[in-house]
Order: sequence, then structure tokens, then C-alpha cells
Amino acid sequence: MANNKSFMQKNWWKIAAVVLLIYTFTAGLLTKIPELPALEQTIRNLYFHVCMWFCMMILFTVSVVNSIRYLRTFNLKYDIYARNYATSGIVFGVLGYATGAIWMSYTWADPNSELAASFSSLTREPKLIGAAIALLIYFAYMVLRDSINDMDKRARISAVYNIFAYAMLFPSIWIVPRMMESLHPGAQGNPALDTRDIDAHMRTIFYPAVIGWTLLGVWITTLKIRLTILKEKKLSQ
Amino acid sequence: MAINEPEDKVWNGLFWVIQLFICINAVAKSFLQESKGRMLYFYTVASPADFVLSKLLFNSLLMLVMSLLSLLLFTLFLGNPIQKALPFIGLVLLGGWSLSLVFSFLAAIAAKAQQNAAIMAVLGFPLIIPQLLLLMKLSNAAFNPVLTMPVNILLLLGALDIMIIMLAVILFPFLWKD
Repeated sequence: MANNKSFMQKNWWKIAAVVLLIYTFTAGLLTKIPELPALEQTIRNLYFHVCMWFCMMILFTVSVVNSIRYLRTFNLKYDIYARNYATSGIVFGVLGYATGAIWMSYTWADPNSELAASFSSLTREPKLIGAAIALLIYFAYMVLRDSINDMDKRARISAVYNIFAYAMLFPSIWIVPRMMESLHPGAQGNPALDTRDIDAHMRTIFYPAVIGWTLLGVWITTLKIRLTILKEKKLSQ
Repeated sequence: MAINEPEDKVWNGLFWVIQLFICINAVAKSFLQESKGRMLYFYTVASPADFVLSKLLFNSLLMLVMSLLSLLLFTLFLGNPIQKALPFIGLVLLGGWSLSLVFSFLAAIAAKAQQNAAIMAVLGFPLIIPQLLLLMKLSNAAFNPVLTMPVNILLLLGALDIMIIMLAVILFPFLWKD
């Protein structure tokens, strides 16, 4: 933070995040949606559930980029960035699961029997497994970090694992689920990005929602990064 | 099940899970057993890329032998439900190779973290699940004379292996320095 106002301390994108999220909540919950059988009003969850996964992927990607930057410069700042972006990514992944579970219980679950009865058949869904792998990889990343005491060594080894794991994550959550039968829509293409997939009106809310949630994730992370850096400074005094 | 022959699907699932554990135990030794003095010696005589490539090569060969051995034992003790022997053997070799590559690199990480094989399993299980899923899906075709193995999955597995080798060559120098 050599210059006076780094990106973290600028305000415009925080205001943008708040405005976009207010828009997401009001427009997302109030405007007209296409009435589809089985989905009906639950389709509004698109603005929340899908955005969580987008946000998680973006945060994990930022984490990997910072790991690469660490290995290029050996500046511990980037290690702190990488760790905090990974933690926020995990939080958004868990939220994605939570919103997905609510959505699932209204659409996929068998209405004639108890929710627990259809649970085992629903959890074999390839996308659920893919997302579980993504979260487990980052849990393992945290375990690896905590098992090494030396600071520089921890930063270096966890950066290597982060890059290696991310490269393996691509096939596991972007390619493999598309090779298997899935209950999720859009298995034969790019779900959520395909313009034929989403209603034109919904897209005008969905894309701002993705940006809004991502900015919120970045905001939370920058606060955590600043806190960690302050703690490190206090320790070294 | 210890007495009766298992069904095709059980046989298949069991085989790949055993394969996974064989790999963890066989490959973990390669890095975790090296003493500090010997690593220092390697450091003076070889470049990191050469070192990691030779480790990968050795572990691949070791795992190929182990895979064939476990296949032999499985057919001896649990019966032979395989309809297409040659494609399945090829798949076993490909699978063993993939597993050994992933776990060799993870063993290098775990060795640097000065941990036992436990952390290797923690690091490795989530990474290997997609490959195991694909391998089981592919090997289902070997149990059924009607099904054919989808080529695109085979290519994907091959591409993954090549990517792991490249990543290992790029990233290992960072683990190597101490």
C-alpha cells in the first residue's frame, strides 16, 4: 500500500456493490418472472444460488492468482491475499449449498414422501459432488497451511498446493459433471452464460446480481486482509 | 462377500478403491522416506526438473507393476467378471499411472510439510475423486459386452496426466528450495 489510496480503500465499488445488491433484492423479488411448471416462483433463487457459485469461483481464482504472484515475488502480502480470498470463497460455497438445498427441497424432492427419503438420490447429483470437491480442496489447503510453522515455508508450499489443486479443480467441476446425467439445467452447454438459457428480463437482473455479490465478497475479503496485515504488524513490533 | 463372488459393480468399485489405497501407500514412501542428507545430495547433483521427472517415472513404473499385481490377485480371489480383458488392462494401467502422478506430487508437498502419509490423504482425496469417477464410469464398459468405452473421457484422462506432469515440472523447483 505504497500509494495513498489503493483499490481497497476506494469507495466507488463499495457503493456499487450496495446499489447492485439492493437492485437484486428489490427487482429480483418483485418483478415478473416466466411462470414455468415445477419451478414457478422458486426461479427467483437464480439471483442468489447461481450467483454464490459464480462468486465462489471468482474468489478462488483470485486466490490462485495471488498464489502465483507470491511465487513470482516472494512477498508475504500476496500469501495473506491468497489465504483470505480462499476463506471467503469457502463461505460463498457454503452459502451456495444452503440456497441450493432450499431450492432443491421445492423442486427436485419427491412431494409425496418425506424430504429425507429422496435425500440419498439427490446427493448423488454430479454437480453437488463437484462443489463438494471444490470445498474439500480448500479445506485441505487450510489444513496444510496450519500444519507448517515456518512462515515463508508455509506460504511457499501452500501456494504450490493452491495452484496444483486449482488446476485439478477445472476438470472436476466444469467438465466432469457435463459428462454425466444431471438434474441441473444446461448440462449440454454453458449454463447461466448461454443467452438462450435465461429469459431476457431475468438476465437484466442476473448479471448485475453476479457483479454485486462478487463485489460484496471482495469487500469482505479486503477487510479481512487489512485486519490480518495489522495483526502481523503488531506481532512483528 | 469374503466367500461369495461379488457382483460386477461391487467388483469394479472395490478394485478402484483398493487401487487408490495401494497408490497412497506405495507412492508416499518415495518422498517421505528420503533422509535430509540424501535430499541434499540430490540437490547437488541434479536439477529440480530432472529430479521430479525421474521420481514421477519411477513411481509410474512402480504403480503399473502394482496395478497388474492387484488385478491378478483380484481375478484369482474374487473371480473374473471382466468381459473385455485387454481394454480393461489398458484402463487399469492408465488409471494406475494417473493415480501415481497425482500422489507423487502430493507426496512431495507432504514431505516438505514434514508430515506423515495422513496429510497426503487429506490433500489427495478431493483431487482424485473426479478421476476415480471417470475411471469407474469407463471401466463399467469392460463388464458389459454391449457398451463401448467413450473416447473423449479417455482423452480427458490423458490430457489431465500430461497437465499434471507439466505442473510438477513448473512447481517443483519452489518446493525444492529450502
